[in-house]
Amino acid sequence: MLDKNGIAKRIAQEVKDGFYVNLGIGIPTLVANFVRDDINVEFQSENGVLGMGPFPLEGEEDADIINAGKQTITTLPGASFFDSALSFSMIRGKHVDLTILGAMEVAENGDIANWKIPGKMVKGMGGAMDLVASADNIIVAMMHTNRAGESKLLKKCSLPLTGVGCVTKIVTNLAVLEIVPGGFLLKERAPGVSIEDIKKATEGTLIVTGDVPEMLI
Amino acid sequence: MISKTVDNVQDALKGVKNDMTFMLGGFGLCGIPENAIAELVQLGIKDITCISNNAGVDDFGLGLLLQKHQIKKMISSYVGENDEFERQMLSGELEVELTPQGTLAEKCRAAQSGFPAFYTPAGYGTEVAEGKESREFNGKMYVLEEAFQADFSFVKAWKGDEAGNLIFKGTARNFNPCMCGAAKITVAEVEELVPAGELNPNEIHIPGIFVQRIFQGEHYEKRIEQRTVRPK
Repeated sequence: MLDKNGIAKRIAQEVKDGFYVNLGIGIPTLVANFVRDDINVEFQSENGVLGMGPFPLEGEEDADIINAGKQTITTLPGASFFDSALSFSMIRGKHVDLTILGAMEVAENGDIANWKIPGKMVKGMGGAMDLVASADNIIVAMMHTNRAGESKLLKKCSLPLTGVGCVTKIVTNLAVLEIVPGGFLLKERAPGVSIEDIKKATEGTLIVTGDVPEMLI
Repeated sequence: MISKTVDNVQDALKGVKNDMTFMLGGFGLCGIPENAIAELVQLGIKDITCISNNAGVDDFGLGLLLQKHQIKKMISSYVGENDEFERQMLSGELEVELTPQGTLAEKCRAAQSGFPAFYTPAGYGTEVAEGKESREFNGKMYVLEEAFQADFSFVKAWKGDEAGNLIFKGTARNFNPCMCGAAKITVAEVEELVPAGELNPNEIHIPGIFVQRIFQGEHYEKRIEQRTVRPK
């Protein structure tokens, strides 16, 4: 089984040379720590920066330079700042190659829910609805089950949707899965996790074909 | 040169009244019009509708207006950092219209640019699209979203000149440029107000035509919400 860093490490393998990448808050943010240093990647943050670098050194933080998680950041050579409308032109216009975000639920048809629990928690969708409605390449990073132990990979989302039929790939603490017609196609198992474990933790239709390899991380 | 300069925040906010709709720039607490917010608190006007990506934190930014129950309705994309906001929303005291961030920006830009509405894929098939017209273009579904209508825009820039030209810094730019000229009156507060001719015309982000009033802001706190650093 993977921890959050393990999930981020596996997703980092999906980041290719020349990609512009948008990372959501939470586990997705960790992905930047594991991208190979021999490839060139630029991270976009939807509040208006392309070419995000690491967190600033203590004492060098600038209140005017933050990421979408409101954390202080730095920029790398080649970086640029822009307004919110132009930022979402990049996203809606499909200029961003890969979007990685978290979710509360994913359905077997690619629907995703991650912004609201009616009557309980309403933080808002932020840029998530624009991101999922536009990107062709969306990877969800999340734990396979919620804190109550219930599956987050469902036949149908129970929470209000963020987007319909948009998720292409999911990386959890247990597995790598792809959304295909008919359900979740199991591609890889996390180290030490059996197909049976994954079946038990998946409420939606799990498609298993042939030998499912263990992840290499 | 047409001068847009006013002497202070009091003159800049002349004409604001109860029940008006305001646009306020900023992302989180970054690039918010701190002086205009403080003056709105001071004026004590009520029942305002605020178009702002976020709602501040409990004791800063729009949180200051929420504390005084001056806001009737918020139109935002993300409101997660404010307990008082959540309390007022869940109890029904505060009306909230959550809007996808890109749609929020574009509804400002449409108002600025003279477009009454536009189609976006964001929110299709979700509760955000309920009651709105949807239409297919090239095999994909889109939702019709309308431009905002607002009485005042309050924006914050880094530098500005007497003519109302603006330059923003870093990610404090965010929604500010999109809101300039998107309301009946745009009020810009700047960290540094300079005479016309001092800013390089090649480097202006927002031309003064979009700004009706500009003033030198004071005492910027620029609070950081998530100070995140690496040890030296």
